[in-house]
Amino acid sequence: MASHIQHQSPIIQHRFEMAVDQGLQSELQKQGVFVTSWDQLLNWGRSNSIWPLQFGLACCAIEMIATAASRYDIARFGSEIFRASPRQADLIIVAGTVTKKMAPQVVRLYNQMAEPKYVISMGACATSGGPFHTGYNVLKGIDRYIPVDVYIPGCPPTPQALLEGLMRLQERIKSRSMGQEVGPKQGEYPIPEFGASGLAPRYNPDVFQPKKPWADPPASQLPKPIAPQP
Amino acid sequence: MLPPPEEIKSALEQLLPGVSLTLDAGGLIVVPNDLVAVCRCLKENERFSLDYLANLTAVDYPAEQRMDVVYHLYSMAKKHGPVTLKVKLDRNQPVVASVTPIWRGAEFQEREAYDLFGVRFEGHPDLRRILMWEGFEGHPMRKDYVVEDQDVLG
Repeated sequence: MASHIQHQSPIIQHRFEMAVDQGLQSELQKQGVFVTSWDQLLNWGRSNSIWPLQFGLACCAIEMIATAASRYDIARFGSEIFRASPRQADLIIVAGTVTKKMAPQVVRLYNQMAEPKYVISMGACATSGGPFHTGYNVLKGIDRYIPVDVYIPGCPPTPQALLEGLMRLQERIKSRSMGQEVGPKQGEYPIPEFGASGLAPRYNPDVFQPKKPWADPPASQLPKPIAPQP
Repeated sequence: MLPPPEEIKSALEQLLPGVSLTLDAGGLIVVPNDLVAVCRCLKENERFSLDYLANLTAVDYPAEQRMDVVYHLYSMAKKHGPVTLKVKLDRNQPVVASVTPIWRGAEFQEREAYDLFGVRFEGHPDLRRILMWEGFEGHPMRKDYVVEDQDVLG
């Protein structure tokens, strides 16, 4: 926790210095005067009262429920108010396997949320399809249709991992300045339709580009296949 | 107590003249045309009272050009089971009589086998896809089904 508070993004520190000298601020604070910037105040409120959508898809949702319960207590981070309506939610935690049949509904829920809105992709399935990656019925990652802010690895991620993801999201929100976007573009995204062999389109090119993150080595550098033993 | 499979086989052959069954790993292989008579007998005969169809599924054997439909029967009245029935069908034309008139619970399971394997159940009241959507082509649990996006990143 402590390392997170110290390790703030350079944008925040820069603005902090611009607002008022740190020594002066601390002196003023001793006198009962608290000086801050409008951005910081707004982001402080915004990042500490994220209302997630009460929405789960698979076993990751069980971990999400555990995170919300008393042992891990997501209320410590101001996110305990799980709303059952997307109109009242800031954050959609895509918790679990997104089947191709469910994907249009997830995109529709995202579209119905009020801005600013954030997406956490929780677990291997929501991120990439996970163990069902080669199957016929599971979407290979919700980032094909909606922009994701934070990915949480794990199968399923522990409550601690979800809280870490939430803190990363808070960091992101805190680095936002008024009128400035951080992270992927929000808004409404087209809802995929059911096709003859899967969803159509297979991904939304506005949010997802299937690129190889590596370059294929030339054929001469590839290891030679081992000749089969007689 | 449920009699052993050999006894079930001989009892059924005695009760239903003209029906011949084969034993296979504890299960009974039924000729598709005899299926309804065998199932009705197993359900209604006091000795078996197999009133509960726990499972109905298909198995694809592309090498043998065969499609099996498997039935697992239990008795709630007599607290015994399971009895396994199998019918062997032609993989290119898998058609078998529906057992929905005998066990009402077969309806959705037959729809699932139709959806994922393409087995047609004659006499089913409402045979349409149950898991995949209308307009989906092919039957994805068949072993020769090709998934659209095989590429790792595609």
